[in-house]
Amino acid sequence: MKYQNILANEPGKKEFLLGNEAIVRGALEAGLDFATTYPGTPSSEIGNVLFYIAKQAGVYFEFSTNEKVAMEASAAAAASGLRAMVFFKHVGLNVAADAFMSTAYVGTNGGLVIISADDPSMHSSQNEQDNRHYAMLSGMPMIEPSNAQEMKDYIKEAFEISEKLKLPVLFRTTTRVNHVRGIVEYGTLQNKRGKGYFHKNPSKYVPVPENSRRMHRELLEKIEKAREMSNKSPLNKVEWNYGEIGIITSGVAYNYVYDVAKQLGLKVNILKLAFTHPFPDKLVKDFISKHKKIIIAEELEPYLERETRVVAQMHNIDVEIYGKLNGYFPRAYEYNPDVIKDAFEKILNIKIERNAYEPKPMELPDRPPVLCSGCPHRATYYAAMMALKQLKIKDAIITSDIGCYTLGIQKPYEMADYLLCMGSSIGTAVGFSKATNQKVIGFVGDSTFFHAAIPGLIDAYHNKANLVYVILDNRTTAMTGHQPHPGLPMDGMGNPAPYVDIEKLVKGIGIDWVRTVDPYNVKETIQAFKDAIQHEGISVIISKRECALLWDARRRKQGEWWVYQINQDKCTQCGLCSDWLACVAIYKKKDETGKERVYINDALCDGCGVCATICPFNAIEKKVIK
Amino acid sequence: MSTNIVFAGVGGQGVLTASSIVGKAALLSGMNVVMSEVHGMAQRGGIVVTEMKIGDAKSPLVGKGEADIIVGFEPVEAYRVLWKAHPGAYVVVNTEPIIPITASLGNAEYPDVSKLIENMENLKVYPLEATELARKAGDSITTNIVILGALSKLPVFPLKRETLKEAIKESINPKYHELNFRAFELGFEAINP
Ligand SMILES: Cc1ncc(C[n+]2csc(CCOP(=O)(O)OP(=O)(O)O)c2C)c(N)n1
Ligand code: SF4
Repeated sequence: MKYQNILANEPGKKEFLLGNEAIVRGALEAGLDFATTYPGTPSSEIGNVLFYIAKQAGVYFEFSTNEKVAMEASAAAAASGLRAMVFFKHVGLNVAADAFMSTAYVGTNGGLVIISADDPSMHSSQNEQDNRHYAMLSGMPMIEPSNAQEMKDYIKEAFEISEKLKLPVLFRTTTRVNHVRGIVEYGTLQNKRGKGYFHKNPSKYVPVPENSRRMHRELLEKIEKAREMSNKSPLNKVEWNYGEIGIITSGVAYNYVYDVAKQLGLKVNILKLAFTHPFPDKLVKDFISKHKKIIIAEELEPYLERETRVVAQMHNIDVEIYGKLNGYFPRAYEYNPDVIKDAFEKILNIKIERNAYEPKPMELPDRPPVLCSGCPHRATYYAAMMALKQLKIKDAIITSDIGCYTLGIQKPYEMADYLLCMGSSIGTAVGFSKATNQKVIGFVGDSTFFHAAIPGLIDAYHNKANLVYVILDNRTTAMTGHQPHPGLPMDGMGNPAPYVDIEKLVKGIGIDWVRTVDPYNVKETIQAFKDAIQHEGISVIISKRECALLWDARRRKQGEWWVYQINQDKCTQCGLCSDWLACVAIYKKKDETGKERVYINDALCDGCGVCATICPFNAIEKKVIK
Repeated sequence: MSTNIVFAGVGGQGVLTASSIVGKAALLSGMNVVMSEVHGMAQRGGIVVTEMKIGDAKSPLVGKGEADIIVGFEPVEAYRVLWKAHPGAYVVVNTEPIIPITASLGNAEYPDVSKLIENMENLKVYPLEATELARKAGDSITTNIVILGALSKLPVFPLKRETLKEAIKESINPKYHELNFRAFELGFEAINP
């Protein structure tokens, strides 16, 4: 997909779009003026698309320093009358939560849509919290789309709802709508408002207690107005099939219900909800009254189920409800057609033929995600590991953080002992340094450092913590797909931007012991680690080297390529490169004589040469390809 | 009814590109299609699986026994998703292994490829030296397109070969069209279902 296609002013055109691309299209059709984010899977592609097209589309877009800042900036834009959209992954809403909660109180002028991308099954997250709870917590209306077309259509709807109620709207998506491709039909692009104007009115926008007390009451009134809307909304639909069983479902679960019911030829009536908060109580009351049996299919928490049970109880409706609370559906991990089939078997007392192939059992090697060949993080971890070995320190506590570098947890590095969330490497390092006499080393990525680690580093300095803090400056936000951050000379619209110099920033805090190293220079880096570890007080190492994927892409473009090879005549099979550097491109295989030998896979080698610098026998040699 | 396809391989092999091309071709043929992909870890070398339903279906995941075609970009990864297939399903599988770190570190063993393929009984299996053919076409980076060429020859594959080529054209930089069409043809010629 060329991202430019998303801007096509061709109503009726059909494209095969990723859910996240469809969101951008829908927002443009709604006349989006302003968008902010901090990247996080499964929401990242929304920002990646905007990065390419925002300028052309006339939308202001930024990769904010973190989700809280993103939330605040978009709230202000919407208060100025613009249509604004802020998006992040589910845990990003935790970071933004303080601002988010207040936004419900102060309300909005222009449409304000907050997209939460939840990650059932934790494909790339530390938890699978169900952010529908945030709608209840804040009082905001909530929309849950089920497919790519709805991503586009309902985001428009969300802006409308937001402006009608003067309330922000929570647009709750999950991995299997964000990362699903489907056919999306375009509508008309709407004009933008351009610049907004903020009409000053402190009693409306400043939640000091006196104002907040009034605001809360107003919010409760808005929630009831919103409930009238959800009861009548075309986003909540009944698919009536003259069956005896009713199914209430939302989000991606609807698709599985639909396919399975069709496959089995089951006559079931489906209430497909998409405007799910405030809960459409009248609609549900109506639906459940017409059935003896109700099945509730929703991923993660029993939100629809609890609300449905409340409706049944309040109206004394005699209906059997099958959901998670009585054990028919799982509460953990994402759904799929089999989860629905399993539940139907139990509830309907039927046996569903699966006709599945049964592969002969075979021992298959795991393929966990690993640091890329050439990854600078590998070189840094190798150096840290060697420094600790040389200093004979075995019980150093390694606080880690979130990013590609979290993979340092793997053998042989084992460079992750404790992790909570983005930025936790430093706060937890302070805690361990005060609570124990062990050496403490924290690792953080550059993007994560800006996101949430700076207050922690100030804390470490001010409270005289004894620790080594390593900032892995690979010049990008790699894990989420290489977005820029405040340390780079480019902003979210691809414009040149002033950047923050990490070394100056750290020194500006008052920390004296700061050393910037190139991790490909392994010797220098090991020495830096040894010095830092032996330093009393706080020491900061900035390990600076561009992410290998970016470096590789540049060299391929320039038509330069080289790899490294092992000269088997010189190699003594010592295993330093294969077992301790443990690069993905290096492997062992038995030769013709049955002797195990170390080789480099030239398809995987990226030519960083770190293995060559550590080989004690100079057995690794460069081979220029082009 | 829908035709269900599972694509499995390793990050960097172009699994996402290849499956998107198939989806795009379905759109060009006027058919409905849903496809799920997992993004997230930028790193190379992890497992990449995409699942696709072409036809009347909504669910982005293929259930147990629902897959009509398994497209394996790597032998072990193909084997890992076989449980999604039904007996008699088609399997197109690249025979060139990518050794995972667990095996190169000696914590696991990479099975014999011929044994893997031999064990795929009761399926219509088409082994393919896709990476080698891609090199022959001019660049191993076209492995995914070689595989599409072979896929397009399966009798249960619901799209026309020409439409698939059309989708390749739309998805790939014109500079590389010739290279990729060469790769596509080599894949097409390589199997005879
Ligand atoms: C609160 C929160 N926001 C966003 C993410 C998604 N996320 C995971 S790692 C990461 C940043 C990685 O960048 P960096 O720290 O520079 O490390 P790199 O991946 O480049 O090594 C992000 C944004 C998250 N896990 N939690
Ligand atoms: S994407 Fe970049 S930072 Fe991430 S593992 Fe690969 S080389 Fe390392």
